[in-house]
Amino acid sequence: MKISTVPVQADYKPAVKEIHVLWMTTGLGCDGDSVSVTAASLPSIEDVVLGAIPGLPKVHLHNPVLAYEVGDDFMKWWHLAAEGKLEPFVLVLEGSVPNEKIKSEGYWAAMGTDAKTGQPITTNEWVDRLAPKATAIVCAGTCATYGGIHAMEGNPTGAMGLADYLGWNWKSKAGLPIVNVPGCPVQPDNMMETLLYLLYQVAGLAPIIPLDDQLRPTWLFGKTVHEGCDRAGYYEQGDFAHEYGSPKCLVKIGCWGPVVNCNVTKRGWMDGVGGCPNVGGICIGCTMPGFPDKFMPFMDAPPGSAVSSFASGIYGGIIRSLRSITNRTVNKEPKWRHAHAELTTGYDPKYYGDGSTK
Amino acid sequence: MADVLTNSKAASKTPQSGKLVEMSWDPITRIVGSLGIYTKIDFEKKRVAECYSTSSIFRGYSIFMQNKDPRDAHFITSRICGICGDNHATCSVYAQNMAYGIKPPPLAEWIVNLGEAAEYMFDHNIFQDNLVGVDYCELMVKETNPGVWEKALKTEAPHAKEHGFKTIADIMKSLNPFEGEFYRETLQVSRMTREMFCLMEGRHVHPSTLYPGGVGTVPSIQIFTDFLVRLMKYVEFMKKVVPLHDDLFDFFYEALPGYEQVGQRRILLGCWGSFQDPDHCDYTYKNMDAWGKKMFVTPGIVVDGKLVTTNLVDINLGIRILLGSSYYEDWGDNGEVFVKNDPLGNPVDRRHPWNQTTIPKPQKRDFGKNYTWVMSPRWYDKRTDDYLALDTGGGPIARLWATALANIVDIGYVKATGNSVKIRLPKTALKDEAEFEWKIPKWSNAIERNRARTYFQAYAAGVALYCCEQALKLVHAGKTETFTPFKVPDEAIGCGFHEAVRGVLSHHLVIRNKKIANYHPYPPTPWNANPRDIYGTPGPYEDAVQNTPLFEENGPDKFKGIDIMRAVRSFDPCLPCGVHMYLGGGKVLKEMHTPTALQGLSKK
Repeated sequence: MKISTVPVQADYKPAVKEIHVLWMTTGLGCDGDSVSVTAASLPSIEDVVLGAIPGLPKVHLHNPVLAYEVGDDFMKWWHLAAEGKLEPFVLVLEGSVPNEKIKSEGYWAAMGTDAKTGQPITTNEWVDRLAPKATAIVCAGTCATYGGIHAMEGNPTGAMGLADYLGWNWKSKAGLPIVNVPGCPVQPDNMMETLLYLLYQVAGLAPIIPLDDQLRPTWLFGKTVHEGCDRAGYYEQGDFAHEYGSPKCLVKIGCWGPVVNCNVTKRGWMDGVGGCPNVGGICIGCTMPGFPDKFMPFMDAPPGSAVSSFASGIYGGIIRSLRSITNRTVNKEPKWRHAHAELTTGYDPKYYGDGSTK
Repeated sequence: MADVLTNSKAASKTPQSGKLVEMSWDPITRIVGSLGIYTKIDFEKKRVAECYSTSSIFRGYSIFMQNKDPRDAHFITSRICGICGDNHATCSVYAQNMAYGIKPPPLAEWIVNLGEAAEYMFDHNIFQDNLVGVDYCELMVKETNPGVWEKALKTEAPHAKEHGFKTIADIMKSLNPFEGEFYRETLQVSRMTREMFCLMEGRHVHPSTLYPGGVGTVPSIQIFTDFLVRLMKYVEFMKKVVPLHDDLFDFFYEALPGYEQVGQRRILLGCWGSFQDPDHCDYTYKNMDAWGKKMFVTPGIVVDGKLVTTNLVDINLGIRILLGSSYYEDWGDNGEVFVKNDPLGNPVDRRHPWNQTTIPKPQKRDFGKNYTWVMSPRWYDKRTDDYLALDTGGGPIARLWATALANIVDIGYVKATGNSVKIRLPKTALKDEAEFEWKIPKWSNAIERNRARTYFQAYAAGVALYCCEQALKLVHAGKTETFTPFKVPDEAIGCGFHEAVRGVLSHHLVIRNKKIANYHPYPPTPWNANPRDIYGTPGPYEDAVQNTPLFEENGPDKFKGIDIMRAVRSFDPCLPCGVHMYLGGGKVLKEMHTPTALQGLSKK
């Protein structure tokens, strides 16, 4: 029932009525991104699936961790999409893409069974079948985006990120580049918010998603851990932790916050609770394309931090001592707050009777 | 019939008559990881005749861990699992503590215990009610057993007063995915418990504040208050959930006589113990038996209802990693022996994780030969010379069983009695104090695995209450150290024993030249989801499903395999660490020229 003639989003008819989200967890991963997303509340999965946000098309989520269906009933949606009969859909990939070319038979990662050969259908085959048909592809987590842990030095599977596999200039049939939401695992609300943005875009309510050159949403990954960190003030004052468990800046014991693009310190992990360095965890750079190799060994100070923390030690030391003088001052109440018989606040009383004359 | 079955010990159990129909489910959904279950079903006898469990992902942790700085081990191994990553991080830290010869300050141990308790509360909660629960929801029951649904409509819930649902059908409705009221409530509770985890360990699922030697968490009064307030809400929630699940599960025994056989197998349970007591645990191998027994969940191996051992040294030395049907080359006589004797002088087997060499060999899936990336962990029982296919029961049933029989734990909120475990939950805002008692059940089956999970949620809350009190005592006394400095030795070995949410977890570490020379984590699901080993012994899922009668009312054409799903999901499968079910439209084997699933088996 309309109560007004002013156009609002609730009356909006999205450009598409229904959209499917095909969420593949069979990259080389740990399913941590799916699990993480069940922790999201801004928005939550049920907000999106049950239509609690105005303007969106009806969303059908096909994720193996949450699906009602099993086996072939579940795989049906993948086959329909591959045949071009599921329109439109967003493909979400979780886990890194193995290199299936480096061996003569078998598989590193697969989902479902090929009816003709009786062999598993590899994740790579699914990507090859689905990528040309998808309206958008989103990579959830650092494995799918850049390869992550399973692509570290010495790995036997030749794992990589999806952009390494499809090409960094890949574009969907709708003209969209791959959208990368890194994180190991992905921060819950970062992932759901990106999905929500894309749904708005598909619905015709938002312009093309703004991405940086690593294909990350700019509003989420434009700042560093350090810029949002609770402990950044300690760094500025040259006050460093030398052991874990200290509330001071963690740079000297392995934190990479100053050079890592991630919003976890600002956003927290769940609804503001948690977030690595704020709680006492060194930042190991898990949202970065260079993760993990370029950050190891994790518990040593980053090589570049010696110079900057030395400079901050000198400069910050002076600032800190000056501030502590001021701090002592502002920690004292002004002198006019007392229970004495005279008023010393600076107010000039006119009607206090006999006792208040000057 | 393929040789693989006639050669196996399992063959004798297999019914051989009637037309067998291939049915497979791949992937099995509502679990974490890639599991496939391939079966042959005798629809005349309404029984599963054969079952094969397969996993379709290989990543190679024990390979790329080599030559890395051992201090990186917990950061890397956390990533083995996206739901219980913190259990891996914790277990790795335990193994590192042993290797470096350090003991964290007590407050660090309480903080780790609080994190782990929150993890059990979260993970069992979301798995039980958002994943397993769907197998018992209105939609599913109507689709698979309309008769049972009719009965549920008429059956009053015995504990309606405690949980507010008048009939069993009301409970089932409430479990419908996304739309059910209880489904959505448990999703919220799973978020709150993860916040509790983040308060202690920074973030979920891969924690950021765990280190060998302690934690980086700043132990302010605030984090314990924030934890405790949420914990008490969970305690109140559990006073509703325990009676609710008791009503639901008891109803299945009543509605479907014989349901106790679903997912039933011989009682072969393993539990590696959980929650260290900082007053006793020093992480030395020498004292491992003593401090292991002081854990707030007692380690133990239960065979046919009897407790074989609670000694972590015995548990450690009995572990064997067998091959058989998996895609690896045998390291056999060529593999390097990294650890000949343990620090007590006992010989260590070549097939022990300390001495394992992982050599992946990708190949075609062939159910007559090799069909999965999961190896076959076994526990060698020297009394009988058996390689036991222990299962973890999804975690809780083994934990409660071992703890109950060992009769050691008593921390006020939880207490073992010899044949049960009592859990005391204090008064909360709207509910009085309550006591729940988990009694050792008659069977190790699907329903009892699920029931134990609910009781263990309450158990974990009880342990959390105790640990929170202990932690606050230290904070109030100003004893706020949370980290012990250490040096990585040139050469060392270590092992960690822990309970991941779904069961036993061990990490074995060998250090040479300050680098990792060998590292083998053994998570719970390989214990449950493994294939037939070199002796032909099937893995626990295979064994449990092979024994399962079918109660589903649908015939082969519309068959959902719900009883098989319930059997498998009761183990809390989680296979980033290895398994998939695929419903292969029902093919009669004799008439089949092998287009799909059980290729290899049907050749003969």
